Amino acid sequence: MSTTARTRPGATSEATPAPARRVRVDRDRIVTLAMVAPSVLAIGVFVYGFIAWTGWVSVSNWTSFVRDLSFGGLDAYRWMLTDFRYLSGLRNVIVFTILFVGASLLMGLIIAIALDRSPRGHPVWRTIFLFPLAISFVVTGVVWQWLLNPSAGLNIPLANLGLEDLPLWYVSTTIVPGVTWGRIEMVVPLALVAVVIAAVWQLSGFAMAIYLAGLQGVSEDLREAARVDGASELQIYRRVVLPPLKPMTITIIIVLGHMALKTFDLIYTMTGPGTGYVTDVPAVYMYESTFRANQFARGAAISMSLLVLMLLLMGPAIRARRKVEEETAA
Amino acid sequence: MIARLALPRVALYALLGLFAVFVLVPVYLMVVTSLKSPAEAILSRMWHLPGDLSLDAWRSAFATLRPYLVNSFQLAVPATVLSAFLGSLNGFVFARWRFPGSEIVFNLVLFGLFIPYQIVLIPLVVTMQSIGLYNSIGGLVLVHVIYGIPITTLIFRNFYARIPQELLDAAKVDGAGVLSLYWRIAVPLSLPGFVVVGIWQFTQVWNEFLWAVTLTSAGQRPVMVALQNLSGAQIVEWNVQMAAALQAALPTLIVYVLLGRYFVRGLLAGALKE
Repeated sequence: MSTTARTRPGATSEATPAPARRVRVDRDRIVTLAMVAPSVLAIGVFVYGFIAWTGWVSVSNWTSFVRDLSFGGLDAYRWMLTDFRYLSGLRNVIVFTILFVGASLLMGLIIAIALDRSPRGHPVWRTIFLFPLAISFVVTGVVWQWLLNPSAGLNIPLANLGLEDLPLWYVSTTIVPGVTWGRIEMVVPLALVAVVIAAVWQLSGFAMAIYLAGLQGVSEDLREAARVDGASELQIYRRVVLPPLKPMTITIIIVLGHMALKTFDLIYTMTGPGTGYVTDVPAVYMYESTFRANQFARGAAISMSLLVLMLLLMGPAIRARRKVEEETAA
Repeated sequence: MIARLALPRVALYALLGLFAVFVLVPVYLMVVTSLKSPAEAILSRMWHLPGDLSLDAWRSAFATLRPYLVNSFQLAVPATVLSAFLGSLNGFVFARWRFPGSEIVFNLVLFGLFIPYQIVLIPLVVTMQSIGLYNSIGGLVLVHVIYGIPITTLIFRNFYARIPQELLDAAKVDGAGVLSLYWRIAVPLSLPGFVVVGIWQFTQVWNEFLWAVTLTSAGQRPVMVALQNLSGAQIVEWNVQMAAALQAALPTLIVYVLLGRYFVRGLLAGALKE
């Protein structure tokens, strides 16, 4: 029996497998592998193979319409780290991600708590708050480009209300507080706030849906017990309701954060790079360097930096979620 | 006591109402503008209701968008069907028929969810050109199916994990192989899973822009690229632009209104790894 086990490692779990059974198990193993092989192979090539390929392009001499994959060194990366537009875009995407994810978390939580108190017409509210999720970034960009246009949209009723200093929205070139680091002004370009508003409009419903699912898991008994102990509603939220929502918060950060880091269509349709690149992001710059300027090595280097940014955000977030899962499982 | 309770209730509805206004304002603007005549679609009357309803903008937008809407359907329908099929095959294996190292392979596949797609754009364009699928709807279908594998596999894996093991064991004792377990038990039980993944993928593919703009040109463009080009052209009137935006958004909105429950389940299934 032991020799059989050694030669047939796939069938060892059965104590004394009948010969017919063993044939079945072996055939099943082959069928199973055949079921996933095409997908696994495709992911291997189209994800891992292509990442390596892009990595190679980023150090190649492919800097014109002519494809030249000979080794060219780290020029593209050196260029990137001193390029004003790239560094502005990097600042923008970090600021955008923080503001957008932060605002969506807050808004999603508030609305989820409100909906969790079962207001009249609960399904109707939910339908309203979630529908932007079905819409494309391009549509969102087209509409909000108009709504936040300084001479149209929201500024028309604001002007009718007698407001003198109308906001310039995405046309603004102001960066607050305006600390300069190297050639790059740091912190928040006001124009980005307009893009954040549009993105929050579209995706805060996602945060709401996740929080709502989490809130339904918080038992009413627990709240009632806290209430009997004389806790105020505010204390109940701080001590009883909010702590179990931590895994939801991490999930939202992972999903919205990675969407924010690769934002392309919204910026591309709504604002473009903006004056002084106040609304530019590396994803847009990558597209334009590669397919407009034929600077393939530079485009590849920019996208490599996007991948690094993603790993920097996702690594800790996924580890945090695993830890929370283990804690709740224990 | 009643007064003390009433106040938060009022605040609750005020809050919900305020957020609803924020969400609905763009919709209001799109709808009223799309129903205005060119003479009325001017900035000073932007927020007004249309004086008399005009369908001109809808007609004109549809005349422009029609071929691209057709492209988008020809793209989204097969891409969705193939994605769901592949996802269910993978999901079943990763949930129910582990092989040595399957957990590692699954995580490697899942990583595909998190890559910024810019990282594969250059090789993708080169590959599509060399296999003759550049600038074709078929090429876009392939791309969506491949990069859809991580999410569809994840959703189906979560779905199949819920099938009671006794059911599969019973069939196994009766001599069923993996394929008949899949066809006869897993697939019929996972029809809601197919609906969830179908809605999810249809929405994603329909709304996608980056692949569409890099892998197609001119007549092969899906509708989102056509809409973006339309809004970039300065001469187009606002009423036509808003009608076009509505028409491009309508298919996914209809799916959402009709099957909203499954749409939300898809969101949760994709986000909450079980």
